[in-house]
Amino acid sequence: MSETKKMLYINRNAPYGTVYALEGLEVVLIGAAFEQDVSMAFIGDGVYQILKGQDTSDSDMKNFSPTYNALGDYEVTKLYVEQESLDERGLTVDDLMPLVYEDEDDDWAEKPSIVLLSRAELAGVMAEQDVLFNF
Amino acid sequence: MKFSLMVNEGPYNHQASDTAYNFAKAVLAGGHEIFRVFFYHDGVNNGTRLTTPPQDDRNIVERWSAMAAEHGVDLVICVAAAQRRGIADEDESKRNGKDADNIAPGFRISGLGQLIEAGIQSDRLVEFGD
Repeated sequence: MSETKKMLYINRNAPYGTVYALEGLEVVLIGAAFEQDVSMAFIGDGVYQILKGQDTSDSDMKNFSPTYNALGDYEVTKLYVEQESLDERGLTVDDLMPLVYEDEDDDWAEKPSIVLLSRAELAGVMAEQDVLFNF
Repeated sequence: MKFSLMVNEGPYNHQASDTAYNFAKAVLAGGHEIFRVFFYHDGVNNGTRLTTPPQDDRNIVERWSAMAAEHGVDLVICVAAAQRRGIADEDESKRNGKDADNIAPGFRISGLGQLIEAGIQSDRLVEFGD
């Protein structure tokens, strides 16, 4: 399995309410071991997955949002967030967790993982991929 | 062409498994190859042999099992998703101290790496579900 493919994990669902976000994140973490060219996209209600300050204490749901902070350590460093999806929900990038990674090619400088893209730009990113996973 | 399928929804509740099955049949009829069918989320419920639909309805689980028997299609159930939903083979049942297993013939339980591998090895990975 020496071939490297471009894989995009598309997250479309809110973190709670259905299990897609949680089990989708599990795929990303396992997939990281395969050393592919991996990125994630957050569109629609998927942007809520990386919202700051999630508190599930009243709902008996496991708050798995801290796991997104580990993505950088798994070398998942490209997190595309669709600007229109934020706008439609009255959110800005400041409402999202400040997710970062350490750039090994730049003396391990800490850099933001989140990249804001327009819907049209994200369509272009999707078109470049070999494999799309939808969650 | 080499295809892999991902089935994300349970049988009967959702059309995804029916559509995936028909797609798989068409792939085989077209002379193509199925590298793997991977069952995830509630899709793992496609692999319990305890399913007992009414006699005048299709038997979704047996259909998959028959496809595996006839065409050697690799039916893989995700272990983590299966544990949450009570799908177990003999090994999994013993390992987790359960008193029974329920996996249907032709299915096997394995890890998420099998899904990633399917994405890498196949020309197309086709996902079925919401």
